[in-house]
Amino acid sequence: MGPVPEAVTTRPGYVRRFTVTERIVHWTHATAFFALLATGLVLYLPSLSVWISRRNLVKNIHIWTAVAWAVALVAVFVVGNRRALRDSWREVEALDRDDRRWLVGGKAKQGRFNAGQKVNVILTVAFAVLFAVSGFFLWLGERNTTYRLDGAVPLHDALMFASLLLLVGHLYLAVIHPSTRHALRGITRGDVREDWAKKQHSKWVNPDQ
Amino acid sequence: MNDRLIGRAGFLGLLGVGTAGLFYGRNVQDFVGRVVPKQLQAIVPTDGWRIYTIGDSVPNISPVSYRLAVGGMVDGPRTFTLDDLKALKRVEQISTFHCVTGWIVNNVHWAGFRIKDLLDEVKPHAGATAIRFVSAEPGYDDSLTLDQAMLGDVLLAYEMDGGPLPRPHGAPLRLVIPDMYGYKNVKWITRIELLPKPTAGYWEQHGYDVNAWVGRSNGNGPSA
Ligand code: HEM
Ligand code: HEM
Repeated sequence: MGPVPEAVTTRPGYVRRFTVTERIVHWTHATAFFALLATGLVLYLPSLSVWISRRNLVKNIHIWTAVAWAVALVAVFVVGNRRALRDSWREVEALDRDDRRWLVGGKAKQGRFNAGQKVNVILTVAFAVLFAVSGFFLWLGERNTTYRLDGAVPLHDALMFASLLLLVGHLYLAVIHPSTRHALRGITRGDVREDWAKKQHSKWVNPDQ
Repeated sequence: MNDRLIGRAGFLGLLGVGTAGLFYGRNVQDFVGRVVPKQLQAIVPTDGWRIYTIGDSVPNISPVSYRLAVGGMVDGPRTFTLDDLKALKRVEQISTFHCVTGWIVNNVHWAGFRIKDLLDEVKPHAGATAIRFVSAEPGYDDSLTLDQAMLGDVLLAYEMDGGPLPRPHGAPLRLVIPDMYGYKNVKWITRIELLPKPTAGYWEQHGYDVNAWVGRSNGNGPSA
């Protein structure tokens, strides 16, 4: 198992939760996701299609947003703090025994990311790749029918429904649920209260500190 | 066991299942469509249709001022009002609608008339072998051979699922040819022409097959 980064104090009573790079990745992805969701729904739902009615325009916005999203993420990766991203990904991949216990409903101490967050990251990244692949084939298949894959629309649709469900849960935990919503400070300003971190992520913040 | 393998395996597994979905997603969707009761499917906020248009607006045609012009290689070119068309022998059918992009709507209930009954009113020339349908959507048209247009389940529809044909589905008049993909099923038809041979329609000019047989064209087996 990779080393779990120690929590770093940013100012008295606060610990660093996310680097700038991680925050930029999150908000780049979130912004693109909302734009793709909105335009995608216009392409998908008959009532919205008729209401907006400029299908080609909406489709072009959808596709160019996807291009911008991919370019932006690659750019952040190239110029950003790759080590922070890599270390976070390693933490996320490691579903240790406590995590597994937590996932089946048991009580267990959690690290910097709890098991639910780890699963959320893995799902979100995998969905992003699959959105891009299925979207690319939707685009290509319209231009050359040899590359038209029957499953591209069902896959793109299924991903949309699945990520919508994830997002509802994510937003509830991030902005409403009392014991977790302090995390909002972490993803916007980068640090969180140490006592909150101790309670929520006890394996991450050294309890004797 | 290395804990990281769990997350890694889950991630790669998702990518694998998703990629398989690119090829088999249709079968899964068809399967779900068969086993999940209709009431439960109704929570999905579409009835299976996508509304495809090529222009900047969805044509909005008043049924009262609507006119269908029928011309080209015919003895008696003329225009029809919607009432004229409804006076033709009414037929009803239930058929499945296939879009070339992969979505399917089962058991659509159509009502309208057969093309033969319309052509009897205008008397096509002997040399006419094709029929072109022009949409009110600027730039959209498509054509069939007359043989294709005379298939037993081809109709011009003014009703769908028990009500007047809705605007997004081509009101007041659309073509229904269940054996061919949706792009041949021209919506918002305002002009029909008889021709010596079929012309390339909108999507055919963009590389799609002229004979858009479901399951036998556009990359699904050799085109008939
Ligand atoms: C890299 C990312 C993406 C690419 C390249 C992409 C591309 C496309 C393309 C080419 C279409 C087909 C438009 C058409 O021909 O009708 C489409 C449709 C759609 N997209 Fe995306 N997309 C991406 C991400 C997303 C995301 C993140 C969402 C929603 C959360 C989304 C939702 C939709 C929906 C709902 C449709 C309509 C599908 C249907 O008709 O059933 N897309 N996308
Ligand atoms: C306004 C919208 C959003 C808000 C307020 C928000 C808020 C947050 C917060 C507070 C965190 C940090 C949780 C922590 O401390 O660990 C976070 C993490 C994360 N967010 Fe968002 N988010 C939003 C949109 C999105 C969208 C659209 C996606 C993806 C489609 C997304 C995916 C993630 C992922 C994968 C993580 C890391 C794992 C986790 O905490 O679950 N977020 N978000």
